[in-house]
Amino acid sequence: MNEEMILGRPAPLKDWFKPHRLVLMVLALGLMLWAALSMRWDWIPRYAELGAQGLWRTMWLLGLSILIGSAMAVPLGLAQAAGPFWLAAPARWFCTLIRGTPLLLQIWLIYYGLGSLFPQYPWIRQSELWPYLRQAWPYALMALSFSFAGYEGEVMRGAFKSVPHGQLEAARAYGFSRFAVFRRIWLPQALARALPTLGGETILQLKATPLVATITVIDIYAVASRVRQDTFIIYEPLILLALIYMIIAGLIAFGFRAAEKRFTRGLGA
Amino acid sequence: MKKILLTASAVALFAGAAAADPVRVGIAAEPYPPFSAPDAAGNWVGWEIDIINAVCEAAELECEITPTAWDGIIPALVSGRIDAIMASMSITEDRLQTIAFSDPYYNTPTVIVGQRGMEMDATPEGLAGMVLGVQVSTIHQTYAQTYFEGETEIRTYQTQDEANQDLASGRIDATQADSLAMEDFLNSDAGACCELKGAVAHDEAILGAGVGVGLRQGDDELRDQFNAGIAAILENGTYDEITSRYFATSIYGQ
Amino acid sequence: MLDWLYSVWPGLEASVTLLSLEPPGWGGNLVRGAVNSLIIALGAFGLGGVIGIFGAVGKLGGGAVTRDLLAVYTTVVRAVPELILILLLYYAGTDLLNQFLRLLGQRPVEISGLVAGIGVLGIVQGAYATEVLRGAIQAVPKGQLEAARAFGMGRVQTFRRVTFPAMLPLALPGLSNLWLIATKDTALLAIVGFSELTLETRQAAGSTRAYFTFFLAAGAIYLVMTLLSGRIFGWIEARFRRGQAGARA
Repeated sequence: MNEEMILGRPAPLKDWFKPHRLVLMVLALGLMLWAALSMRWDWIPRYAELGAQGLWRTMWLLGLSILIGSAMAVPLGLAQAAGPFWLAAPARWFCTLIRGTPLLLQIWLIYYGLGSLFPQYPWIRQSELWPYLRQAWPYALMALSFSFAGYEGEVMRGAFKSVPHGQLEAARAYGFSRFAVFRRIWLPQALARALPTLGGETILQLKATPLVATITVIDIYAVASRVRQDTFIIYEPLILLALIYMIIAGLIAFGFRAAEKRFTRGLGA
Repeated sequence: MKKILLTASAVALFAGAAAADPVRVGIAAEPYPPFSAPDAAGNWVGWEIDIINAVCEAAELECEITPTAWDGIIPALVSGRIDAIMASMSITEDRLQTIAFSDPYYNTPTVIVGQRGMEMDATPEGLAGMVLGVQVSTIHQTYAQTYFEGETEIRTYQTQDEANQDLASGRIDATQADSLAMEDFLNSDAGACCELKGAVAHDEAILGAGVGVGLRQGDDELRDQFNAGIAAILENGTYDEITSRYFATSIYGQ
Repeated sequence: MLDWLYSVWPGLEASVTLLSLEPPGWGGNLVRGAVNSLIIALGAFGLGGVIGIFGAVGKLGGGAVTRDLLAVYTTVVRAVPELILILLLYYAGTDLLNQFLRLLGQRPVEISGLVAGIGVLGIVQGAYATEVLRGAIQAVPKGQLEAARAFGMGRVQTFRRVTFPAMLPLALPGLSNLWLIATKDTALLAIVGFSELTLETRQAAGSTRAYFTFFLAAGAIYLVMTLLSGRIFGWIEARFRRGQAGARA
């Protein structure tokens, strides 16, 4: 999946005021006005606080899982690109497993699968980790991180491989140690090559987060489900939810585009 | 216009001949033993499945059992994906604002089941500081949110089965559910972890007046047919005969 | 051999019994679910492809309004979680379609879960397919199209005889990626209660409490599906690429 496919390309500002666009915008505005007036939104104030908490949970799950997943992706990519067989094979299998099975199934396997083993090992409840093992979010974080690592690990594999070999050999010839070659030349170049995919992968990860609601994590999606359950209003919470995700995705796309502009300045790219 | 007609005819083609129009009776697509659960052959079995078949036969309705996700079963009814709900759904004030119900066909108490050896009872004070699991979109969730939330941490599960599973794994301290469904769990191997902690105080407005067939508002003809079917099997002994196959006592209530 | 395995691994025999294809094993249910998943994935992929072709052609050659509406479609689908789109389309879609039919004076239709699933996932797939195919069409050398026009081919004929066959190999990597997404996205239909592989697995796991066994088994089935289809796509790509020296996407 290439970058532009996920992030899209913004239109220049002057294009927004072509006549047909103005008509479409008026139509869209009318639709929004109709939705605002004829649909039910009176529940929003009551659930604003819960919604904010849920949104916060969604955001930190997204941020943390991307951090952990990226940190895992570097060794996963390196092992596949240059590691010995006994490192490359497990790394390749990990990526294949993650990419070849649905995330929903992975989440359920990690949460309910592991949970079903607990009764066989009573000492788990006495362990110091138990307060965390009881919660749902550590499993959600683990599943999301693994998922991100699996997809981004594949990207990193390609990125490490695409750094020209000559550069590494040249550095060695200059007397760089193996580690210095990795840290100063190989890794930065591989990261630079992988970075453009990060925006798209982040949006895909955002779209994956509502699945954690199925294992009792109360994210923004779970709050919307609760509204539906409490009030029996079906479509409005879902529409608002879709709008919220679109805004977050838009902000992510905007942020990455701005960052990319900054980082590629002067590179002549 | 041509395109529209094309789509319409394609849809009609896909939908197949809808001539007979059987009544699509929605059941929850998640196992809820002993009321309804799939067996290893892929058939749905249980007390409620037998009752559905008996009621439909008595009411001379051609019914088609349609498993639907519990969490979306009311939207499915309202949007016309199914025509009736027979999924142990209690008749409550809240639900009556959106859908209609037939006469009740069973009524059982609501209980708290918790970890063996833990001090608790089925009151807000008795559950303070505990983690309580409930199934989403049930009277139990509404009840727990009304009476226990705040002092008690409430976790919401997609299915009662998964709440039971987390009770066995020790992730939650207790669960609130229907007494008969919990009895079934306590009698299973996994239920060895836990014991009955008592019935919750009754609140008619939330817990409702028994379980009925959920119907679209305005489908009065169908409601009358279901009512007649339920009355008929209560009358002719079919109801008691089916109940005796699953339970030791009557579950009709009152 | 098996006896020895069972003796060193006590849980294995129970798992094998649970997974056997005949009752009391639940393997048959999993296989049925897998077949349903495959049918939905195939249907959604096909529908997505058709939407994608029209979408790509519309984005490249359509009027200004068509292009904007298509942009809204692809942007919304790519920014909103599939789970929410599925819930919205699954419930609201049926509702809207029937109201629309009523407006046309037709009687409402009953849409089976299968058709609804294919429709919903197909609409999601269509947005991505639009972008994949648009990129591929743009990559077809202009000279080929000009040559076709010079031979007197019309627009439709040019598309059918030149653009389409020329862009297909270029689109294959993207399409194979979409197919993998389609197979995995079928799992989301478990949330709306459609009995595909993930829901059958959940039911089996819930009924037997052997969560680990069943989720692992389902994972293995998905993996076989994705690995096999990866092979098949690789093979198709190799065939299409033959004689297209230097064609790279």
